[in-house]
Amino acid sequence: MQVKRTPKTYDICIIGSGASGGTAAKVLTEGGLSVVLLEAGPPVLPQRDYKEHVWPYDLPHRGAGVGGRARHGFDNEFLAPNGAWEIEGEPYVSAPGSNFRWFRSRIVGGRTNHWGRIALRMAPVDFKVHSHDGMGDDWPLSYEDVAPYYDKVESYIGVFGTKENIPSAPDGIFLPPPRPRCTETIIKTTCDKLNILCIPSRQAILTQPHNGRPACHYCAQCGRGCITASNFSSSQVMIPAAEKTGRFRLITGAMARELVVGKDGKIAAVSYIDKATREEKRVHARAIVVAASACESARLLLNSKSTLFPDGLANASGVVGRNLMDTVGSEGGGYFPQLEKMPAHNHDGVGGMHMYLPWWKFDRKNDFLRGYHTEFGGGREMPAVSQYDHLCDDFEGYGISLKRECKKKYGTYIGFAGRGEMIPNENCYCEIDPNIVDQWGIPVLRFHWKWSDNEIKIAKDMQETYRAIVEAAGGTYLTTTDEDGPRPYGISDGGVIIHEVGTVRMGEHPGTSVLNGYCQAHDVKNLFVTDGASFVTNADKNPTLTIMALTWRASDYLLDQAKKGNL
Amino acid sequence: MSISRRDILKSLSITAMTGSVLRVIPLEAAEYAHRMLKAEKAAGEAHTPKFFSAHAYKTLRSLCNMIIPSDSESKGAVEAGAPGFIDLLTSENHDYQVTLGGGLMWLDNTCIDRYEKTYLDCVPEQQKEIIDQIAYRKNVKDNPSLGPGVEFFGLLRKLTADGFFTSEIGISYLGYIGNTYLQEFPGCPPVSET
Repeated sequence: MQVKRTPKTYDICIIGSGASGGTAAKVLTEGGLSVVLLEAGPPVLPQRDYKEHVWPYDLPHRGAGVGGRARHGFDNEFLAPNGAWEIEGEPYVSAPGSNFRWFRSRIVGGRTNHWGRIALRMAPVDFKVHSHDGMGDDWPLSYEDVAPYYDKVESYIGVFGTKENIPSAPDGIFLPPPRPRCTETIIKTTCDKLNILCIPSRQAILTQPHNGRPACHYCAQCGRGCITASNFSSSQVMIPAAEKTGRFRLITGAMARELVVGKDGKIAAVSYIDKATREEKRVHARAIVVAASACESARLLLNSKSTLFPDGLANASGVVGRNLMDTVGSEGGGYFPQLEKMPAHNHDGVGGMHMYLPWWKFDRKNDFLRGYHTEFGGGREMPAVSQYDHLCDDFEGYGISLKRECKKKYGTYIGFAGRGEMIPNENCYCEIDPNIVDQWGIPVLRFHWKWSDNEIKIAKDMQETYRAIVEAAGGTYLTTTDEDGPRPYGISDGGVIIHEVGTVRMGEHPGTSVLNGYCQAHDVKNLFVTDGASFVTNADKNPTLTIMALTWRASDYLLDQAKKGNL
Repeated sequence: MSISRRDILKSLSITAMTGSVLRVIPLEAAEYAHRMLKAEKAAGEAHTPKFFSAHAYKTLRSLCNMIIPSDSESKGAVEAGAPGFIDLLTSENHDYQVTLGGGLMWLDNTCIDRYEKTYLDCVPEQQKEIIDQIAYRKNVKDNPSLGPGVEFFGLLRKLTADGFFTSEIGISYLGYIGNTYLQEFPGCPPVSET
């Protein structure tokens, strides 16, 4: 005889433990709700999984990875674990003519274990682009709506920066910035000459002890994960806070497959695959927070078909999967002879840039709409594989002359990475591939991708700017790009900058959007999608800080609804 | 030493895992752990080739030594473990197997055609003559038959540089200072204009 057990019903089920899922877990549990979180990957154990302070020669492959694949642009061996362009058994597809790359992390904390920690606020104009230039759509909320949540996030996680009063780059609540490196001093001086803004960067790294976490020890290895949790990761900063409440249950190795809708049109349960046993299981909750990453969240909704929602959950508008955006990337670098004279010194600093170039041409008419910011780095970094590829091809030869040339040129390069706004277009979207499932039996995504002219003009402007800066500093610009072909002006392939957003967007109108300004589905009141999928536009600001602010705001709304008995 | 690396790492993890509020790893303990790691590496035995034959590996070592030799400032690529690193990567990479494995055969074949000896049996002047030809792309214009050699040497040069400059010897030769624990980051040091 079968025993029928009444399943435990949680207040909230969160899917995904990255920037968004972690924030929701912290805010909702601290607000008194019971939360179960499904994470598709394993737990992360920093002291086992992070390669902080490891030298290249401590690893047999020296950081090049098996078969030297890191030399060819794949999977840096030092990177914090479980982030990859390809996951075995979990494929995705690019439609013919499209080349979309999808970086996924299956681990507690998701991509926050190794992200760049760049924490930029969107500007007021970024929320109201249609009103400003007529392209795309406005957000259903304003900077003023989000600003208090930027404050909360920055205060909690710790972000360094400086007050600058620049309209395109709103100030936040900042810890002091680290001192500039030599490379940054040179670029700052040059940008001053060219009237290009160059200011201390804003990153979620602690320059002083903060909320019980120790200050940075300046090893420049944030991307490897930080054993002292001196930078922000969801796994070390958000999840432990949720665990402390005693109202949090984390289920790892749980691949969400479907949101199961009840007769009332609300989600009754989440169906997931237990990866360890390959069994299908269910958890029950009063409300669901989907935070699986933009494309994974869209995939889950599209795969949740029912009589009530034949085209996927909350997809009456047909918008789920549409408006896929990444950031416009184009990179260039140069040789700076003045750096040859630098005495040997510790150049490490924090992981990533101490200064950056915010968008500075916001006060004039440009050849393109919107803008970009620029990250830069270089100098006397820890030696790594591939760093002399260019010199070897250029200098050729062999012997003591080659060896000395490498030493002479060590630390004399500075590279620039432009990060620009993409305007969503109808050719960029993801959908369910009709023929392919992953190893868990779940239909996979098929991507469509095409940059529009505006993005290519942005990439062109980036190349021209970086050449101008390098040459004004007395250096030699070493990057060459083609005007056409698959990557005009060096524009990145879709997905490569790992800022994919927009696939379950918010908006005023249920006919053209899926969510309201609180990340709540128009059609399904107990469904919230809080990750980058909710974005209406993809400003030239790295999305993570905004993802956390929007999640915190949605979580506060959920707590308020719970208080009113509306869960 | 009475304390093993495992003990150290274990004590580090206990310190680091005190609930939600993470504490600083004692710097001395962390630095000690890294010294232990280094000592373990140094004690490692000589590399047994995984992919290359004994003869090919000997040739590879000779070429690595030619590409980045010892000089008055530091030891060279062979002492830095570049041949073993290249062998490991090649054993896992089909493209490298073709370019490097085939390239070493091409080098011997070419030396036999020219000098009736394998590369290693050639006198230093003969070795220099052939390497001088395959070390520069421009030589292919005058002599297209050098193509495979130039391709081979171009990849080997990069991998030798990787193997050397990611070694303890190479990193110290470049003068990289860092990968350590600082209380404060000092910024760019003052530089005299002269």
